[in-house]
This record gives sequence, structure tokens and C-alpha cells, in this order.
Amino acid sequence: MTARWNHRTRWTRAALAGAVALALALAVTGCADELDPSAGGAGDGVRGPVTVFAAASLTESFTRLGTEFETAHPGTTVTFSFAGSSALATQVNQGAPADVFAAASPATMRAVTDAGNADGSPVTFARNQLVIAVPKGNPRSVSGLADLARSGTKVALCAPQVPCGAAARTALDAAGVPLTPVTLEQDVKGALSKVRLGEVDAALVYRTDATAAASEVDAVEFPESAEAVNDYPIVVLRQAGNPAAAREFVAYVRSDRGRAALSAAGFQPPRA
Amino acid sequence: MTAPGNPHPLLDAHLVADRGGFHLDVALRVRAGEVVALLGPNGAGKTTALRALAGLHPLAAGHLILAGADLDRPDRRVWTPPERRPIGVVFQDYLLFPHLSARDNVAFGPRRRGADRRAARAVADAWLARVGLAGYARSRPRQLSGGQAQRVALARALAVDPTLLLLDEPLAALDARTRLDTRAELHRHLAAHPGATVLVTHDPLDALVLADRLVIVEGGRVVQTGDAATVTARPRTDYVARLVGLNLHRGHAAGHRVRVGGLTLTAADSVTGEAFVAFPPAAVALHPARPDGSPRNIWLATVAGVQRHGDNLRVQLDGPLPVAADVTPAAAAQLRLVPGRAVWAAVKAAETRAYPVGAPTARDGDPAAPGAAGSP
Amino acid sequence: MPVALLVPAGLGLIFLVLPLAGLLAHTPWATLPQRLAAPGVLTALRLSLLTATVATLVCVVLGVPLAWLLARVEFPGRRLVRALVTVPLVLPPVVGGVALLLVFGRRGLLGGWLDATFGITLPFTTAGVVLAEAFVAMPFLVIAVEGALRGADTRYEEAAATLGAGRWTAFTHVTLPLVAPGVAAGAVLCWARALGEFGATITFAGNFPGRTQTMPLAVYLALETDLEAAIVLSLVLLTVSVAILAGLRDKWTAGP
Repeated sequence: MTARWNHRTRWTRAALAGAVALALALAVTGCADELDPSAGGAGDGVRGPVTVFAAASLTESFTRLGTEFETAHPGTTVTFSFAGSSALATQVNQGAPADVFAAASPATMRAVTDAGNADGSPVTFARNQLVIAVPKGNPRSVSGLADLARSGTKVALCAPQVPCGAAARTALDAAGVPLTPVTLEQDVKGALSKVRLGEVDAALVYRTDATAAASEVDAVEFPESAEAVNDYPIVVLRQAGNPAAAREFVAYVRSDRGRAALSAAGFQPPRA
Repeated sequence: MTAPGNPHPLLDAHLVADRGGFHLDVALRVRAGEVVALLGPNGAGKTTALRALAGLHPLAAGHLILAGADLDRPDRRVWTPPERRPIGVVFQDYLLFPHLSARDNVAFGPRRRGADRRAARAVADAWLARVGLAGYARSRPRQLSGGQAQRVALARALAVDPTLLLLDEPLAALDARTRLDTRAELHRHLAAHPGATVLVTHDPLDALVLADRLVIVEGGRVVQTGDAATVTARPRTDYVARLVGLNLHRGHAAGHRVRVGGLTLTAADSVTGEAFVAFPPAAVALHPARPDGSPRNIWLATVAGVQRHGDNLRVQLDGPLPVAADVTPAAAAQLRLVPGRAVWAAVKAAETRAYPVGAPTARDGDPAAPGAAGSP
Repeated sequence: MPVALLVPAGLGLIFLVLPLAGLLAHTPWATLPQRLAAPGVLTALRLSLLTATVATLVCVVLGVPLAWLLARVEFPGRRLVRALVTVPLVLPPVVGGVALLLVFGRRGLLGGWLDATFGITLPFTTAGVVLAEAFVAMPFLVIAVEGALRGADTRYEEAAATLGAGRWTAFTHVTLPLVAPGVAAGAVLCWARALGEFGATITFAGNFPGRTQTMPLAVYLALETDLEAAIVLSLVLLTVSVAILAGLRDKWTAGP
């Protein structure tokens, strides 16, 4: 199946990139240790590769965090596999070589913890909220969920099986809006791309995804989204090959630096 | 049959065609009811000529007139596609449609020419009966023997009542035994065909048995035409001579004496100028020493090789006149015929035929072969 | 029987069959009946069979003449056209779906005109599923039929011509029956590819139960929440397609 294939190629590519980065890192750190022995930063002694499985909606923010983490901890390399969280959970449970798992919903995280594959309890590091993504300039003047039910308005939602779809259903129920979408997309990027291509007039997507596509879509906030806030949990995995670095990465995501990167991407901080 | 010399043959064709460096230039006239065989070695252009007649290969020049209608005439931009020519073709390996029954193969032509299904099947059944395959109407081609397939192919070609029937090596795909029976039967059907028939073959026996007239083609040109008796008696090329099993040489004649190679032979005929001399291998006698007596054509030769030939042995001789001689095994043993051995060869003048190179051997006013002199 | 052939042949077979064994090993046999009776399963299966069959018909109607053109007609740029035919094979299906949107979508090259002139919109419709499947599956048919046409003896067409058949009649009455096995093989490949189509379909036609949600889409979404449900759906798809293909093959080889 296509999606499987994509994951596989992504893995291969990630593995290749990881190997190259590792080789480079070893070569560079050999010199760096001599030049600047104090560069260890907060997590002294943390080094080696860290493999992070993260929900697709974390692509932009985590890629940035990964680079910052490597700078702060010379000797480490962070490799990501971004995909739908459920697919990632399945892969983790099938023994994929991952150190950290960051999911887009507590439900998908539960699949991993229930299978006993988490090392410790997951913690929420960010929250995401739905917005209405509309084409740039909002040609249909959408101002709330009720506008989406107007006849002739084509709407894309995520499928109820994936977190953004479940959240959309909750929000629509809370608003009491009877909405028949034209499509139930397999993930939030799919729903968003239908807006970008002009095939639908609106889609319910995460604010982070709308932020990432800000040059092509506008985001319309709506009050009922508060009913369907999505918690993003993160955990170190039992099968982690580099648990020390994995724990350090999780700490980094929860640090102020991490919060700044996440909020720039449109995430909200976890409830205190 | 129309009278000899009929100025309007059913088929009047001058086939000029090129096929990848090969040039064909063959004139052909066939009367109604006449069977003409195009005989020649492989690569002579026989099949190209047949394809040109059928409309499967366009003429580069010349003309093709069938029953008074121009079918192909490049200089007047006249061209009739194969499906609109009143021509039936029996292909070399028959090309029976494998997905159709024998009946539907035969009915294919009548159907395409407007008959409804029932009428076409009736025609097909009648033709299958005529070729003795009434019980095979529902058989698929691959269930038929070679001989049966040949007969279905013939029925299929004849079922459209063609003005011109073309047959490409009709017996070549059959084994020797089947060929004998099928040849006789084919002869019967060809004799009954009221239109013109052109038969392409490289087998002289097929040509001799099936055709009224032979047209010998070599290298894209007609080298000899005539009926079987004329062609076999007076071959004009090595190919024909070999086909009919004669020694053939070309020389210069003055009366009964012909200069050929380094020898002067005495022939039964009196000719003047360029001439062919021909004699059968059986007419060549071999002697260990110069014989005395009657034979006037005597020369010293060297044995080049000995092969079995029927009950006898055929001896290839080198010398002033390379010829083949047939001897009995007893004579061969007595003469100790081994390669390299010198023997005297003798041919009686009475068995040595001579005929002019320039004179036509064609009859009935057929156009002489291009390149051969003479008038109708 | 040369071992040098048998061993890799056996390995190849094992390689192809093992994943199926994996599916079977994880099949929740106890809950199978309830899962099969789940409301969406039959709908998705019916839609899959319908769209794959219609897509195959579309491919046959358009692909056989295209194969004929490639096999029998000399024209400048033929090699380029042959290479273009394989584009859907090389293109990731998701990209193929986007490409289809760029042509048949609301803002596509033809989509806007189709909508304005005929009121036809293809994205998010069952017709869109057929279109996406046909796009991805057509090369399989064209390549198979072209190969069959190249292998067929053109002299049969000449024989038909001498019997009075024009080119069209010769094609329909002689050529087509001669290459029928090739057309059938191509159609089977085409149908199987269309049946398993996922990427182009979900991108171009979206995913809506009963309208555009085919079995592969249902399987993918089931995978999000319930691995066992996904396995059951996959098995249903496999069983039905293998049964149909095996049935057809018997019919063909049993012919006279």
C-alpha cells in the first residue's frame, strides 16, 4: 500500500541520513572536544543518535528543535520519522527502532502504553486546537462552523479514525452543526491540501497546520474548538537504544526553548 | 480455354516493385482457365510478385489489369486495395484464422462481400463438401491435418469466386506422402477453376503437374517461359537445367558443331551463332582409356566427386567441360572411380541437343522475358 | 528440473506468500463474523468491485486502440509516446492524484470548463474514483496488449484483406480475437491494480463511505484505530479478488 511504502522509504532515507550525520558528527566531535571541552551544555555526557517518531503535525517545529538540540548537545544526532500517529504507534508496537514517541492524541499514545512499550508515563508537552482553513482572502466569508453547513459549500474533514477527525466531530457536535463533508481525509495534511488546491471551500485542521501553510490559506478561529483541544503526549520508549539521550530530548521539548519553537508553530502550552 | 493468341488475356500484368534493394520486373499474362506457375529459386522474387498481384505490395511502375479493370497503375495513380480486388489467395502456411471453425474460415470471404450469415455458411458448407471436408465444418484449424488445412485454405480462397486465384507454395508445408495426394486433388480443383490461376513454387514437380505454362523467375526477372515440354527440353539457365537434370553449357555454334569450353562438340541440331548445348547425365559414358568407335564427343576428365543418385551413382567431372555423369555401381567399381582419377568422357551426338541462345522459347504470343530478345 | 531454477523460484514464491501468512496468523477468527457484518464492509467492497470493473472497461476501450497505435502505426515520436504511457507507473500515485486534480479539479485545466458547460464535477465522486483507478491501471493494459499485438502475425490481417475485410473489420474480426489472451491478461492486471488503488483515489476522489471509500481506503483508515479490522478488510479484498481471478482463468483456459 502506498502509505506503507512512503513510510518505508522515509525510514530508509532517515537511516541513510542518520548514518551520514553520525559519520560527520564523529569526525567533527573528534576535533570539537579538543577545541571546546565546555560545549557539553545541560545534559553532560549525552551523545549518540536519537530516533524520534513524531506525529506529522510536528514536522516543522520538531525539525527545528532537533537542530537546536544537536547544537546544544554536540555528539548527538536526531533522526525523525514523521507520519500519522496511529501508523507510528503500530510501527512502535511492531518493534520499530525508535527512542521517543510523540503522538497527536492521548488515544494513539494509549496504544503504545497499553502494549507496554513506554518507559515511564507520557507527559503532555503541547496542545493543538482546530481552526477553519479557508483559501487565502476567505472568498466565502466563513466566520464560524455554521457557515460550513450552507448548501454548496464543500468541506473536507479528517476521517473519524484519526485524531483531527475525532476532534472535528466533537466540535461540530458541540456547535450543533449538521455537516456533511465531501471527503473524510486520512490525515490533516490531506484535508489541508484539498483547500490549497481549491477543491474544497473549507477544512477543519489544526491551527499548527494552518500556520505552516499561512501563505496559501487563512485560519478562521471558532469558539467551539475549545471543546476539542488535542493534547500531544510524548514518552521515551522501552526499546530505546539510547535512553539517556532520549530523556534529554524529551526534557528539551518541554524546556522554554522547546515551548518557544512549538508556540511559533501554532501550538499552545499544556495546561498547568 | 481461349484460343491461343487471344489478345485479351484475363490477367495482364507488368509487375515492377522494389523491396529493400531487391528489384522485381516481371511481365505476366494469364488467360481464363489457364494455370501459370512462377517457378524459381528462393529469393527470386516469386512471392513479391504474388503479393503485388494481391495488392499486399504496391507496384512502383508497370500495370495490373484484371478482366479489363485497372487494379494498380502507378503512373495513373490507380490503386485498388486488396479487400476490393476479385482475387483469392492460398498462403504458404494457409493462415487459417485459428479462432474460427473451418466453416467460418471459408464463410469469412462471402460474409465480407455482403452475404448474410446463413448464405455465407451455405456457401462454406458447399465448398467444404467439394474439397471432401463436409464432416469437418466445426473443426478448428489446429484440429486439422496439414492436408486438410490446405484444402480448407483452398476452399476459403475459392469461396469468393475470384477472377484470379493465387497460390503461394501450396504444397510446401506438407510431408511427402500427403503432398502426392493433395497435389492430384489440387490439380482437379485448379482445372475446374474458370478464372486465371497463378501458382508460386520452387518445386519443379508441382509446377509440371499443376501448371499449363511455366514462367521461370530468377533475380527478379523472367528468364524463360513456356510449357513443360519446352522448358524441360531446352533449359536456358543453370537453375532450370539443374531442375530438370540436364548438363547445360553455352557456346558458339556453326552447323552441328558447337565450340564450348576448350572443346568442339557435335550436336543433333544445326544452329548458327550463340547456342546452348544440353545432354542428360545418363548420356555421358565413362571409359578407362580413350574409346574407339562411334562417339565423336570425347574428352579427358578428372573425377571430382561421386554421390548416390537413385540406384546409380552420379559422378561430377572436372576438366575442359565440367559435367555430371550417371553410371551403375558395377561400372563405377570397375572404373575405380575415386576423386582425382582421370577418365575419358564420351557423349553421343544424337543425345546432344543444341538451340540458339537468342530465340524465344515462349509460345502463344506470351511476352518474352525482359532481357531476352524476340517478338511474339 | 534444474536446481538453479527451482531454488530461486521457491524463494520467490515464499517471498510473495509470507506476508499473506502474516495476515492470516493475525486474523481474529473468533470475531470474524461480526467484523464482516460491520456496516461499512459490504459497501466498500461493492464500491471497490464496481469502480475497478468500470475502470477496467474504460482502460480496454481506450487502451486497446492506443496499444494498436503503438504496435502497428509508424509515426514520429512513437518512442516518446510509449514512454509517456508508462508515466502513471512511475509517478507515485498520490502525485498522480494531485495531477488529476490539477486537470479535472475545480480549478483544473478542464475541470472548470466541465463544470460550467456540463455541470460535471469529478473530485469526490464515484466517477472520480473510476478516473483515478483508470489513470493508474491503464499502462498495465496498454503494455500487455501492445506486446500481444507485436507478437501476433500480421499476415493474418493480410489474409483477411484478400478475403474482402477492410482494416477495421480485419482488426475486429481477426486481430482482436488473435490477441484476446493478451487483452485478457492485460485486463486482469489492470483490474487488480485498480482494485488495490489507494493513493490517487484518496487524493483525487477523497474518502467518503458509500461514494468514494473503496476497500483500500477503508483498510488504511481501519489501520489508524484497529489493526485487526484492517486485517479482516484486507482478507476480504484478497479472497474476493483471488476467487474472481481464478474463476476467470479457468474459463479462459477451458476454451476450445
